[in-house]
Amino acid sequence: MAILQQTARAGDNSTLAFDVERIRKDFPVLQQHVHGKPLVYLDSGASAQKPTAVLEAMDEVYRTGYANVHRGAYYFSQQLTDRYEGVRGKAARFLNAGSDQEIVFTRNVTEAINLVAHSHGSRLQPGDEVVISEMEHHANIVPWQLLRDRSGINLKVVPIADDGSFRLDAYEALLGPRTKLVALTHTSNVLGTVTPMKEIIRLAHKAGARVLVDGAQAVVHGKVDVRDLDADFYAFTGHKLYGPTAIGVLYGKAELLKAMPPFLGGGDMIRLVSFAETTYADPPHRFEAGTPPIVEAIGLGAAIDYVNAIGQDAIAAHEAGLLAYATERLSQVEGLTIFGRAKDKASIVSFALEGIHPHDIGTIIDREGVAIRVGHHCAQPLMERLGVPATARASMGLYNTREEIDVLANALEKVKDIFG
Amino acid sequence: MQDVLRDLYQEVILDHGKHPRNHRHPPEANRQARGYNPLCGDQVTIYLQTDGDGRIADVAFEGRGCAISIASASLMTEVLRGKSEAEARRLFDDFHRLCTEEGFGLEDAKAGDRDALERLQVLAGVREFPVRVKCATLAWHAMTSALDGEAQATTE
Repeated sequence: MAILQQTARAGDNSTLAFDVERIRKDFPVLQQHVHGKPLVYLDSGASAQKPTAVLEAMDEVYRTGYANVHRGAYYFSQQLTDRYEGVRGKAARFLNAGSDQEIVFTRNVTEAINLVAHSHGSRLQPGDEVVISEMEHHANIVPWQLLRDRSGINLKVVPIADDGSFRLDAYEALLGPRTKLVALTHTSNVLGTVTPMKEIIRLAHKAGARVLVDGAQAVVHGKVDVRDLDADFYAFTGHKLYGPTAIGVLYGKAELLKAMPPFLGGGDMIRLVSFAETTYADPPHRFEAGTPPIVEAIGLGAAIDYVNAIGQDAIAAHEAGLLAYATERLSQVEGLTIFGRAKDKASIVSFALEGIHPHDIGTIIDREGVAIRVGHHCAQPLMERLGVPATARASMGLYNTREEIDVLANALEKVKDIFG
Repeated sequence: MQDVLRDLYQEVILDHGKHPRNHRHPPEANRQARGYNPLCGDQVTIYLQTDGDGRIADVAFEGRGCAISIASASLMTEVLRGKSEAEARRLFDDFHRLCTEEGFGLEDAKAGDRDALERLQVLAGVREFPVRVKCATLAWHAMTSALDGEAQATTE
């Protein structure tokens, strides 16, 4: 694979080795045209494109060695079980977890958060407090509202600063003796804000609360070390990390997972079943009922290998360059406002054009081949806070280029032409 | 500019999008409903004042959204006045076909709808943009909800 050779030559930390044109060749879809124009894909924050290595790894399983896992006494099943469980190890190392047993496979971050809200959340008492923030994705709001309705917990919301940064002072003021859980994003999917998670967790632990981190956007843009953070739970999803859909990861500290009741019941999560009584498997399998997304897990493993081969530091450096360029280039577009100017920020740029609705922007620039997300980004309370119904969002990944930012900026000028 | 975009963003649309007509809350309104597009978060509230004969004496709206949804709401308020409930529903039916059916022309519409549809024809450009049909029909869904006595409509 081109990337592996390149990395072997130059080392993980060298941004000089980051050859974006070679990387782009790994992503077949980037050669596509839309409405006769080359695709400019700036929506990786919603879902990233997949490299050939991921596509081939999944295809190869189906063609040469597919079977169910954890069941068969025959060769294919055992072999694929080993590979499937091997991905657990890859995910553990990717997050620097203490052991493979701390990695639960889920469908996505949404399911991971729901799992924690149900299983860990079932131990909360009426009046206990869960802390979230104004910039959470609906996936990190609604499960806690459901828990509130079930168990009578209280939900506390940390306000954000006008530039989109996390307000540590306001957060610290919200922590109290009833705070049992803090559930916060590590990187805002709208503002790009990277939250000061190590300090957030330190303060929560001081107050006696556990912390769940929504890492859907964060793991894509830089190295995450759950033990350095001292996170209690950390969730990410495969499809934003250049892997397939329907496979996500929940990291949980071993002692916490061990104390938690099951989430979904079914096959694979049990030890012994009788009609009188059922005993449950140990974590992580206790939380993985039914046939899992086997081939998707293999795809996730290939995606982690791919990202590791390029190097997360190299990716972060490339994306920091793209963010700086996009911020500068888009600021030159008259009438354009950028939402989110936090100092620590991932390569996500939300913006508005004066007098033009984001939906109209999206439709017009699509005709130039440019794919961005327009709408509320599953963060309606944040839209309320920003005072807008919706924003346009360009989110950049490892395969994006400055030339693509130029295409976006020029397309925005066309939008303005149409709206006079 | 590409033709499909020119068809979508005609002058009339841009004008109504920027300067919507009947953008107000009439105190005499006796029916109202909120239309909501979960895809983009756009919201419009439609206000209807129906008289003793069941005719729409006044129709207005408030809300914010994209050029297409606001222009469509604005144009709708202009063509509905004086129509009976049944006529308003029938017109939506034809308008929906105008927005979705390839080749649907005025001659395919019911005779009583043709004058109004002629005005609404500027919105036929959404045919080329299936995602935007929901924008063009948002106000109309809310209008029928108001007639049905429901408080809310969504485009889903």
